[in-house]
Amino acid sequence: MEILMAVVIGVLFMSATYLMLSKSLLRIIVGTGLLSHGAHLLLLTMGGLKRGAAPLLGENASSYTDPIPQALILTAIVISFGVTAFFLVLAYRTYQELGTDNTERLRGTEGND
Amino acid sequence: MSLLLLAILSPLLLAVFVPIFYKYFRPIHTGWFVLPLPVILFSYFLTYIPITSGNQFAAQTLSWIPSLGIDFAARVDGLGLLFALLITGIGALVVLYSIYYLGKNKEQLNTFYVYLLMFMGAMLGVVLSDNLIVLYMFWELTSFSSFLLIGYWYNREKSRYGAQKSMLITVFGGLCMLGGIILLYLMTGTFSISEIMNMGADSFFHNSLFIPALIFILLGAFTKSAQFPFHIWLPDAMEAPTPVSAYLHSATMVKAGIYLVARFTPFFGESSVWFWLVSGIGLFTLFWGSFNAVKQIDLKGILAYSTVSQLGMIMSLLGVGAAALHFEGIHDSYFTVATTAAIFHLINHATFKGSLFMVVGIVDHETGTRDIRNLGGLMTFMPITFTVSIIGAFSMAGLPPFNGFLSKEMFFTGMVRIQEAGLFNLETLGILFPIIAWIASIFTFIYSMILVFKTFTGKYQPEKLEKKPHEAPMGMLISPIILVSLVIIIFFFPNLLADTLIAPAMASILPSLLTGTETFHVHIAAWHGFTIELYMTIGVILLGTIMFLTREKWMGIYRIFPEKLTINHVYNGLLNHSQSLSRSFTDFYMNGSIRTYLLYIFTFFIVLLLSTMGLKNAFTLDTSNLGTIGIWEIILALLIVISCIAVLFSKSRMTSIILLGAVGYTVSLFYVLFRAPDLALTQLVIETVSVALFLLCFYHLPKKRNEERMRFKLTNAIISIGVGLVVTLIAISAHSNKVFDSIAQYYVENTYTEAAGKNMVNVILVDFRGFDTMFEITVLAIAAIGIFSMIKLRLSGRKES
Repeated sequence: MEILMAVVIGVLFMSATYLMLSKSLLRIIVGTGLLSHGAHLLLLTMGGLKRGAAPLLGENASSYTDPIPQALILTAIVISFGVTAFFLVLAYRTYQELGTDNTERLRGTEGND
Repeated sequence: MSLLLLAILSPLLLAVFVPIFYKYFRPIHTGWFVLPLPVILFSYFLTYIPITSGNQFAAQTLSWIPSLGIDFAARVDGLGLLFALLITGIGALVVLYSIYYLGKNKEQLNTFYVYLLMFMGAMLGVVLSDNLIVLYMFWELTSFSSFLLIGYWYNREKSRYGAQKSMLITVFGGLCMLGGIILLYLMTGTFSISEIMNMGADSFFHNSLFIPALIFILLGAFTKSAQFPFHIWLPDAMEAPTPVSAYLHSATMVKAGIYLVARFTPFFGESSVWFWLVSGIGLFTLFWGSFNAVKQIDLKGILAYSTVSQLGMIMSLLGVGAAALHFEGIHDSYFTVATTAAIFHLINHATFKGSLFMVVGIVDHETGTRDIRNLGGLMTFMPITFTVSIIGAFSMAGLPPFNGFLSKEMFFTGMVRIQEAGLFNLETLGILFPIIAWIASIFTFIYSMILVFKTFTGKYQPEKLEKKPHEAPMGMLISPIILVSLVIIIFFFPNLLADTLIAPAMASILPSLLTGTETFHVHIAAWHGFTIELYMTIGVILLGTIMFLTREKWMGIYRIFPEKLTINHVYNGLLNHSQSLSRSFTDFYMNGSIRTYLLYIFTFFIVLLLSTMGLKNAFTLDTSNLGTIGIWEIILALLIVISCIAVLFSKSRMTSIILLGAVGYTVSLFYVLFRAPDLALTQLVIETVSVALFLLCFYHLPKKRNEERMRFKLTNAIISIGVGLVVTLIAISAHSNKVFDSIAQYYVENTYTEAAGKNMVNVILVDFRGFDTMFEITVLAIAAIGIFSMIKLRLSGRKES
């Protein structure tokens, strides 16, 4: 299972990288979104998969899955959401103000060479 | 603080008060406030002569950074005292001269004297320090104050160019010297010069650091003392005011390198590398400087190259004198004569070169030009200046009855004798030493004659002069008159200096030749009888006179050397090329495109990680510890992979946003499968909100251009496949290399008993690791405030301005 997940994560990273190397701001943000999905899944996979019940003590199971990676991922999800939202609005404002979302054309300001 | 240390620092202390004198005592020339200090210091250092002439020394130490072995240690021995007397003595004369040279109302006198005093203190520190790091500190302070003084008229471009050039070259040398000092410390374990000299070099000869330390220290000395090929800064430093040229660039600072070589002779002197470098480079500099001085048309240019040449002469004498270390005992003083000549000429050079610079300054001051093509026939207008200059120049040329004659004779003696020494392969190359010395002396003779006769005799050309020439004020003439009186006095009574200054200085340079209470017996006489040196001098005078009179005929040889082959050209080219090269290099890799930078980052990521894995053989595959795969997992994995690939090929941004949402929801399904209910919930909600945000932002934007697919780029594809591959490989490898179990068991056991909760993830988030959560809340708050202000705050001030 972990090997399959490693491959899936690899594909996520691959397409994220490819998108981030593009010119369009939107694609770059989509790329960061994919990248954070990849990172979260990687955290979960490295903690080990399918080892017992969900981390709720009421289950009375003999073994539980590791709760620490889940806590870490939860934190990471919230932070990446905050950053993505900020980045998104930033891109939106950039587009509004400058009229382009092509990063090749976003080069400094006039007289600021 | 003891008196000696205070004496070294006193110029720096006085420098603090100079601007106050300048500001509040305007009617009095600021130089008068400065003048007493070098006079007092000179007489103070005279009191050390009884101590040093018995080969004793005085030392004072002030603790500075004892934990690093760095102390402000001052030590007055023969060599240090000689330099200290030169610095303070010439310093006093130069200050006196500058009082008349620099106008009270026209010039920024406060800065001038502050820089000059800084320099004087730094120079005293260099020659009297016993600690290498302190010596280095003062060394750099001399470079720095020299830079400030050369650029004194900072609104002239040539001044700035000269200042920058001298700064770059001397600081380059200074840093090399610092490297040499550190290597010395690694070898010997101490920064104290006297301790290092007492150790002697015998036990370090075969140390692998010995030769590098030697070369680095010599680089420092050669750059400071304007030896070939680092001499190029000195002619450009002539843009400084003439008192500065006289003081720094003839008498004191350029001799700091000489001092350094002399100081380290006891340690490095026995090495043949030292001998060949010091004497070889010195001789070549002697020749090159005198050869180039002849073609100069600027009086100060002649003097600059002449200084280069004379410094080369002293340097070569020091190198040759080091050969004496191979012949134990002073009773055979056959080879030590070179060292005697070096010290003697050091003093002589300071006297006649100082006076010549002052004379040139007077000519410049009274006629408005220093170009020898415009000058001539000034003899009748400036009789005193003419007398002074003829004495100085004849002494420089090595004519009797002036002190230059004595040192030139001794120079020839040293050079003739060294070829008789059977060491360092001198049998074959040794014959070159006297020949080069002799040729260089002929050129020295020629330029000395040009200096005097082109300026003061010949045709008077009033139409080319800016001012009507007349004799300089008496105050300006005092200093050069004192100096040329010394020139004559030293010729007739050379032995006044012999026991008081020269013998103690030699004892510092060649200490191993003395045992017990022995001292060197220096005897300088004007008349040796009919020796080979005398015939050489006669030859110099005869040939020099002929060549001076026929110089129009052979000056053409200077045109053989094209401009491109000069060292100045190489220096300028190096400077320009390094600038344009680094500029184009920066422009090449900093092209302003985000994509390029990301490519660098990702490429390094791939290369570093893959090569590390390859080098460390890190990749392992362990299948024993894997979870099982069910049909659902395969379906979800396929879903993610397909959506990912589809994003890459989607044409409209709407599609890619929806596909991103699909990936997010699939991830949350994965969380469900892998038994992470809280994650699944959060992921669902957040994915929904993000997709909504995406849509909100980009739905409202006007469609300005046709949406198109991403263009395929092979490099992008290769890099991104590489990134994916690296992550997969590392994930598999890391999973297969687990070293110890998780600490999860603790949470399973204690979540209810310690924290009264059953949801382990939530208890970790708010109880066990609550700080993370607190700052994650902060992150969200900041993001919210940021977004709010981005939307609300519209400062379009940039456009208006």
